[in-house]
Amino acid sequence: MYQYDQYDQKMVDTRVEEFRDQVKRRLAGDLTEDQFKPLRLMNGLYLQLHAYMLRVAIPYGTLNGKQMRMLGHIARKYDRDYGHFTTRQNIQYNWIKLEEAPDLLAELASVEMHAIQTSGNCIRNISSDQFAGATADEIADPRPWAEILRQWSSFHPEFSYLPRKFKFAVIASDTDRAAMRLHDIGIQLVHNDAGELGAKFFVGGGMGRTPMIAPEIRDFVPADELISYAEACLRVYNRYGRRDNKYKARIKILVHELGKEEYTRQVEEEFAHMKDLGLNPPVEELARITEFFQDPPFDLQANDELDLSDPDFALWVDQNTAQHKQAGYAIATISLKPRGGIPGDASSAQIDLMADLAEQYSFDELRVTHSQNIVLPHVRKSDLYALWQKLDEAGLAPANLDLITDSIACPGLDYCSLANARSIPLAQKISERFADLGRQRELGELKLKISGCINACGHHHAGHIGILGVDRKGTENYQLLLGGSGAEDTSLAKITGPGFTEDGVIDAIETVTDLYLEQREDGERFIDTYRRVGMERFKEAIYG
Amino acid sequence: MNILTGNDLKTGDVIWWTGLDWSRFVKDATDVGDQGEAVLHREEAARRVNAPYIIAAEPTEDGPRPGHIKDRVRALGPTVRPDLTLKPADPDAGEWVI
Amino acid sequence: MVEAIRLRDDDVHEEPAVSLDSFLDQSNATAVRIEAGEDARQLLPFLDRLSLIEIDFTVFGDGRGYSSAQILRESGYTGELRASGDVLVDQIAYLRRCGFDAFAPDSPINPKLMEEAFSRYDHVYQATSDQRTPIWKLRHG
Repeated sequence: MYQYDQYDQKMVDTRVEEFRDQVKRRLAGDLTEDQFKPLRLMNGLYLQLHAYMLRVAIPYGTLNGKQMRMLGHIARKYDRDYGHFTTRQNIQYNWIKLEEAPDLLAELASVEMHAIQTSGNCIRNISSDQFAGATADEIADPRPWAEILRQWSSFHPEFSYLPRKFKFAVIASDTDRAAMRLHDIGIQLVHNDAGELGAKFFVGGGMGRTPMIAPEIRDFVPADELISYAEACLRVYNRYGRRDNKYKARIKILVHELGKEEYTRQVEEEFAHMKDLGLNPPVEELARITEFFQDPPFDLQANDELDLSDPDFALWVDQNTAQHKQAGYAIATISLKPRGGIPGDASSAQIDLMADLAEQYSFDELRVTHSQNIVLPHVRKSDLYALWQKLDEAGLAPANLDLITDSIACPGLDYCSLANARSIPLAQKISERFADLGRQRELGELKLKISGCINACGHHHAGHIGILGVDRKGTENYQLLLGGSGAEDTSLAKITGPGFTEDGVIDAIETVTDLYLEQREDGERFIDTYRRVGMERFKEAIYG
Repeated sequence: MNILTGNDLKTGDVIWWTGLDWSRFVKDATDVGDQGEAVLHREEAARRVNAPYIIAAEPTEDGPRPGHIKDRVRALGPTVRPDLTLKPADPDAGEWVI
Repeated sequence: MVEAIRLRDDDVHEEPAVSLDSFLDQSNATAVRIEAGEDARQLLPFLDRLSLIEIDFTVFGDGRGYSSAQILRESGYTGELRASGDVLVDQIAYLRRCGFDAFAPDSPINPKLMEEAFSRYDHVYQATSDQRTPIWKLRHG
């Protein structure tokens, strides 16, 4: 894992003191709310439905046990004993007091964490593949590249007042576990013909009210031009992105309105101007950062066999563990989607336990996933049973990864001031309706994603089944969408038709899953059958 | 009736204008008639409230009931965590929201 | 309008700044004022004889002026670059990092807070027009 040096630490510490001063000025009346708002947002502090909400960055979703334990401590000391892991690999707390926020941030800084640029019209936390450094299918670890981008984007003076927020994702595998092409800039690490590692750029993706899949605009950017190319992409956006309408201000609209070719031309022109300005760190900097991401000391003789005689354990292994690049090890995903639970929520006790387990079983490393789960990336197979038993005792062993009850849900109207409808109760009811694990496994991989408004924080456009909550004359109403994917087969879901009540939409989900079971051919997932059979057939089944 | 709500600047708590002061309980909210804007500006300038706004509410036996579901959720707390609402002992409190 | 804050030692430029359109028309002016949405690159042929370029911020949250400033400095402009309008102390350090060296705020800026803003961060992560040494360069010499 990356470790701060004196410079990184000083930057974060200074931001804490700067924010302490800004809070003091706000409380004294020297700053109006209009002036303070962008400042607090640029430090992750929202004013939400019930209180201030703080979003803490977990860069590229990677953290260690000590950091995780700090997140638990913060939940206990400053919040109401729990935190919510988000779809951008961050954590947020729902009940923060403005007057206590500076002290909280100081505690975070003591473990190399912060809330810098987790909100605001600036470059947000860089997300990545939660299996980075552990999976066999990557060509390199994407996280050093994400860290280069993290440092470059932190306190960027030119790009802190963009037309709208800006999100990067970096992956290094053909399997996309990070919804890369649904980001403002998606980067896939690739080799060129000479065997050098570089970045393929996809620009202008996103969800929200106008979902778009990012087109590729450059097939290879060398490591020592990464920053100037990113600067060129951002500068064109900062200058020409729409500022007249907040709903049309994301870069996807600019790329769409200009057309991919024209946007690319402008970026290349800007890049030609910028590439010799000395903006890029030398390759030694990437090498320095890469050193922090070396493999942990794996036991190369570790036993690759697994005793699966306990059937519940066998189910969990089958569903929640993935193949590790090192024989004898597995990648274990802890599902934060218990039956009837709140997707992504964890109590401070659960957070502490996961910290302990990471230290004990996973070389002190954890990951947060964009589907609001936690990963222990490097678990020795011979430890899996003991790990599973401890997780199970704490309610952290639902064997439902990628199944229908492993849903993504935004906080919705229970917490969010933008929401039109509640999302969490729906996720809870669906997890009750489909509680039978045999039935879930029969349905197989099924990505269910629920948003409580068109801003799409619950990724409903990217769900095999998506649900969008809307306000219909003051009552909650839910639209059903089918056919989205945030994986390497990225696609955008389409609305089936008129909306439903809460119970109605759950019935409709049952109708479409029944149709899938009836129509599927060998080995087809729900999404495959949907794509083959088409929307009409599903519509008929739902609306008759 | 029109009532006034916002958040406590320091703590972020949801608060309601009682006519004299701010309360965490919507049942204490008072009808501001057409004086809402004036109160709002005065209280905000004095930093006794943050991001205040006026909403329509319906007077009931138990006090004002905000007209929009969003403000009813604000008045109670998250329906999915009854233990964290202002009525943790009332299992049916969530019904009032809907 | 309060008195401009200047981080330069040269004499104040007395000629009033003209709008970009008038500048491009008459073209013997030595001071020009551009709005957030105007293309700073239109000035590039004239940088040699410009002594003052003023970039207006109607609202502080409009970040286009930051890119305009960077473009002018990257292209070799060395005259006064002034940010005017809704210029607040909490943005002033970033403005300076993008090459602004004069500020004409609508409302006065507390000099003590401004000094704190300029001196607060010992280091920076990026190479920008202010020529400060980025952290990566400190690490690798």
